[in-house]
Amino acid sequence: MGNYAIETVGLNFNFGNQAIVKDLSLQVPKGSIYGFLGPNGAGKTTTIKILLNLLKSPADQVFIFGKEINHNRIATLKRVGALVEQPAIYGHLTGKENLINRCLLLGIKKTKADEMLALVGLTEAANKKSTKYSLGMKQRLGIALALVSDPELLLLDEPTNGLDPNGIIEVRNLMIELATKHKKTILVSSHLLAEIERTATHVGIINKGKLLFQGTINELHLLSKPMLEIEVNNISNATAFLTQAGYEILETTDKKITVPFTSPQDSGALNTLLVQNGFTVSSLYLQKKDLENLFLDITKNN
Amino acid sequence: MRSLYISLVSEFYKSRKTLAFWAAIILPFVICSLVAFGFYSGSDKVLNMHYPPIMLWFRYLGAALGVMGVLILPFYVIFMAFSVNNIEHKNDTWKTLFAQPLNKFSIYAAKYLYAVILIFICLFLFAALTFAFGHLLQVLVPKYNFNQYDPSLILVKFYSKLFLASLGILSIQFILSLLWGDFLKPMGIGFIGTIMGIITGNVGWKYAYLIPYSHPSLVLNSSASAKKLTNPADFPIFTQEIYTSLVYALVLFIIGYFIVTKKSIK
Repeated sequence: MGNYAIETVGLNFNFGNQAIVKDLSLQVPKGSIYGFLGPNGAGKTTTIKILLNLLKSPADQVFIFGKEINHNRIATLKRVGALVEQPAIYGHLTGKENLINRCLLLGIKKTKADEMLALVGLTEAANKKSTKYSLGMKQRLGIALALVSDPELLLLDEPTNGLDPNGIIEVRNLMIELATKHKKTILVSSHLLAEIERTATHVGIINKGKLLFQGTINELHLLSKPMLEIEVNNISNATAFLTQAGYEILETTDKKITVPFTSPQDSGALNTLLVQNGFTVSSLYLQKKDLENLFLDITKNN
Repeated sequence: MRSLYISLVSEFYKSRKTLAFWAAIILPFVICSLVAFGFYSGSDKVLNMHYPPIMLWFRYLGAALGVMGVLILPFYVIFMAFSVNNIEHKNDTWKTLFAQPLNKFSIYAAKYLYAVILIFICLFLFAALTFAFGHLLQVLVPKYNFNQYDPSLILVKFYSKLFLASLGILSIQFILSLLWGDFLKPMGIGFIGTIMGIITGNVGWKYAYLIPYSHPSLVLNSSASAKKLTNPADFPIFTQEIYTSLVYALVLFIIGYFIVTKKSIK
């Protein structure tokens, strides 16, 4: 338990009769960037709200830094910074005033506000009313607000939602910097795997309230087995021939045959075998299912 | 206590640029200066009535108290209760507020307390400015006899009573504004309540004291009867309607806490 920033043990949560989170056992190691993935409505935001004790979890199911959340609400929240759904910004105040207000609430020196503005690149817009901020600026201010208390754990709920490509890259780099330089643990939720793939060290995939996969990003990659796709004439004969020769056929279409990829040498041998037996092989290539498809597969089958 | 204090400081910081805050200061200024201006420009007419000092003060403070107590105070309370909560509704900040490492009850209590403080500031300024402008009138129109009676005790007692009488309305409006983010529902209910309060308060209905909106009117009616006392400053502060107002305030304050803890989850 000591190595996890967040640990949930068989967490269940219902809104009335509707089960939103079912038997969820998250394990977020300290210092990781944990990509919390799932389609819209999978239960991501609900889980984040539970982690912030905004929604009350059953006793002994949620632990933050090893401490049960319901009994240690204030002590836990002191170590957590969060951005839930839209950034919570007072529109009539400037960016700097928003940060000063948060400093007041947290009992931190007001000078921290300037530091945070610099960190997220809003120094020039510090005295502009935050209603006039662009979406990207609001998002960055939201992250600054989450960071102001220098929390060990950051919960970011779809932080790149609505951002343009530049904004997405900025947030991504900021997350990497926070995790590597400042040793923070970050749980970042998203419905886009491609976005998580580049930053996360660990991944949890949730759908309909259930955790379908949890592990390192490499473990996720291993799930997608490489395959060899062979375009060949006379598909049906070739399929029969390969089956007879002891190959496992994964898929046959009217244009190509798919077999598991083992090594380049084996691929060469297979090619030779086909050619020597009178088949014309027009192409032979390694196909790796990308994570996006893998994600779709994982979430579709459940 | 520390949670309550920092939440309260933050409430001031957040709303110092809003109308609800400034109205607490501007309203007394505008109304008191209008009444004083009336007494200045119409001084001939008033002087012709040859009021004794105490009656002159009553006429003068009654003018401010009448408009203010019956209409402006309830509407200010309605608007302010809305504004204090709407700052969180509008910006969708309830969640964030309750995700801070602060005691939940303190966050809510600070908001309520902030609203109470605003009413207090508003009524305190009313009393102080009524007193100050009365003496200013004396300087401007030396024939007035404002200086021959000290109204401070009456002012303090009336405005304290009005302050306590407004807490019942505040608690109702505070809950309505917690429940609904839009202006129309709390405003509409408050408006109907205020009209009902004025009517039942003035008609002298036996059970008018059970409607919080009638409390300011009841307080003002009691001010009319205070004039008939040999010592007008002798009227009691803690009357039936004040007790009722305080009970309403306390009960609804507690109910509001449960609403707010449930509400923040959405």
